[in-house]
Amino acid sequence: MQEECAEETAKKQFYTLDDEVTLENGQSLPGVTVAYETWGTLNADKSNAILICHALTGDSHAAGSNGSIGWWDTMVGPGRGIDTDRYFVICSNILGGCMGTTGPASLNPVTGKPYGTDFPVVTIHDMVQVQAALVDHLGIDRLHAVIGGSVGGMQVLSWCKNYPERVGSAVAMATTMRHSALSIAFNEVARQSIISDPNWNEGHYYGGEKPSMGLSVARMVGHITYLSDEAMRQKFGRRLQNRDEFSFDFDAEFQVESYLHYQGAKFVDRFDANSLLYITKAADYFDIEPGFQESGALERMAELGHPFLVVSFTSDWLYPTYQNREIVGLFKRHGVDVSFCEIEASCGHDAFLLPSDRLTTILTGFLGKGTHA
Amino acid sequence: MPESKQSLRYDLSIIESWVSPGSRVLGLGCGDGELLWSLKTRKNVVETGIEIDESLVARCIERGLTVVQGDINEEVKDYPDGFFDYVVCSQTLQQAFDPPEIIREMLRVAKYAVVSFPNFCHWRIRLQMMASGHVPRTRELPFEWYNTPNIRVLSLKDFHTFAKEMGFRILKEAAINSQDIRVSGTEVNFLPNLRATYGIYLIGR
Repeated sequence: MQEECAEETAKKQFYTLDDEVTLENGQSLPGVTVAYETWGTLNADKSNAILICHALTGDSHAAGSNGSIGWWDTMVGPGRGIDTDRYFVICSNILGGCMGTTGPASLNPVTGKPYGTDFPVVTIHDMVQVQAALVDHLGIDRLHAVIGGSVGGMQVLSWCKNYPERVGSAVAMATTMRHSALSIAFNEVARQSIISDPNWNEGHYYGGEKPSMGLSVARMVGHITYLSDEAMRQKFGRRLQNRDEFSFDFDAEFQVESYLHYQGAKFVDRFDANSLLYITKAADYFDIEPGFQESGALERMAELGHPFLVVSFTSDWLYPTYQNREIVGLFKRHGVDVSFCEIEASCGHDAFLLPSDRLTTILTGFLGKGTHA
Repeated sequence: MPESKQSLRYDLSIIESWVSPGSRVLGLGCGDGELLWSLKTRKNVVETGIEIDESLVARCIERGLTVVQGDINEEVKDYPDGFFDYVVCSQTLQQAFDPPEIIREMLRVAKYAVVSFPNFCHWRIRLQMMASGHVPRTRELPFEWYNTPNIRVLSLKDFHTFAKEMGFRILKEAAINSQDIRVSGTEVNFLPNLRATYGIYLIGR
């Protein structure tokens, strides 16, 4: 099955920054380590690098079959939409995460114990700062493209705001330039679920029982926002799981309940509850429009002529098309070279991660822009 | 055959000949990007398209064109004044709900606008109406009254009147007669409003 996957060699690597990171909230964070993976080969003039920014609970393992299949393996690989025969692809775990990059579960050098909630509150901007340090470390000045969906799309926008010269082109999918009240609301339910778990212990639960129930319910809420009314109707309807009649109790008897329980339970094995608190908070703080206006980054992008692509999905109700269009409108008003496509999809916000011929051909064409003529 | 070597649709080749090399061009209702692609590869223009159909938008992006999916009336509004040198609205004006507004927006975002539409006063149409008593159906206008997207019925003469009323200038005009516009056509100089199947105009403020 996986012989097509010639990316067996990609392994998680680590880079520890020499300097402290000055965070947006004014605090400094020493000894930040970034976990990352790369695929393909960097060319001689270092002009073929693509940075992929992962979403809320993703990791650096975007492609390949090392241990597990990468989360975007259908898109990233030899001959695929993001062709690793042609491009040098980088994906790193975000700051505040729990998949190898420094986050709340990492050891606090001051106490020698995991940070827990002593970890400073980080922002999307801080995550991107750390990615930029990694890109420096890899000796790359300008990225051919920065690509991301959802919270990854916010990072793409932040890259454009902070380093317009370094972003040769950019793709933001299923995302927003400011987190809406609806999205903040869902995130707050997820956080309160974790915080109200008796095992949470103000975030200092490492070495003891984890707030698994809280994290599991938080994930269940998340999964509702990733689907859509239509997707749930098609996938589950009112069907019952392993029974024909109501049991008149509070077991998970509908298929949709059973699905959410499964997703919740699966998640606690791989994700740290505190990381979910920190990353959702970073997303909630995200509102890049004032930053774009003040920094003059849009004018710079327009001047450079670096192309930008926005993609939305019809049934996405977490970051609906109108929010993606707001990015397009802002860029158009500032003369930025921006393209936009709304892809018909019934599967909700998750659509950007699922195999799609439409998305694949669009990305391939967009990344090859300027090399056609 | 490489894409750029394929021959351009006849009416589009006339439009292409009017566009100066290296200019910035906006295509309203750009379809699969045939004209923009040709302008980009042959005349080195900086292109942007607006198209409402997802599969056509995808085709444009796939071939490396800058295109925004959406309704032309809405999407044109975001662009700054005078951002483009040319804006092209090919075979779409007769389908617009508010043509004056489109023309105003076109001449706001660009110095020059190119507009083309089918001539509803071609002699064959006039004859058909006279003889059959039915609303005409022709090769260029193959629809029934109840399903036609062409909600604005105009002739070349009407467009001249429209220009006077709205106060824009007609800088170039090509009245063309064509059996199949994809392949070929001829320019009509004698009695164009009677003999031309299409009109193409370059207009300015």
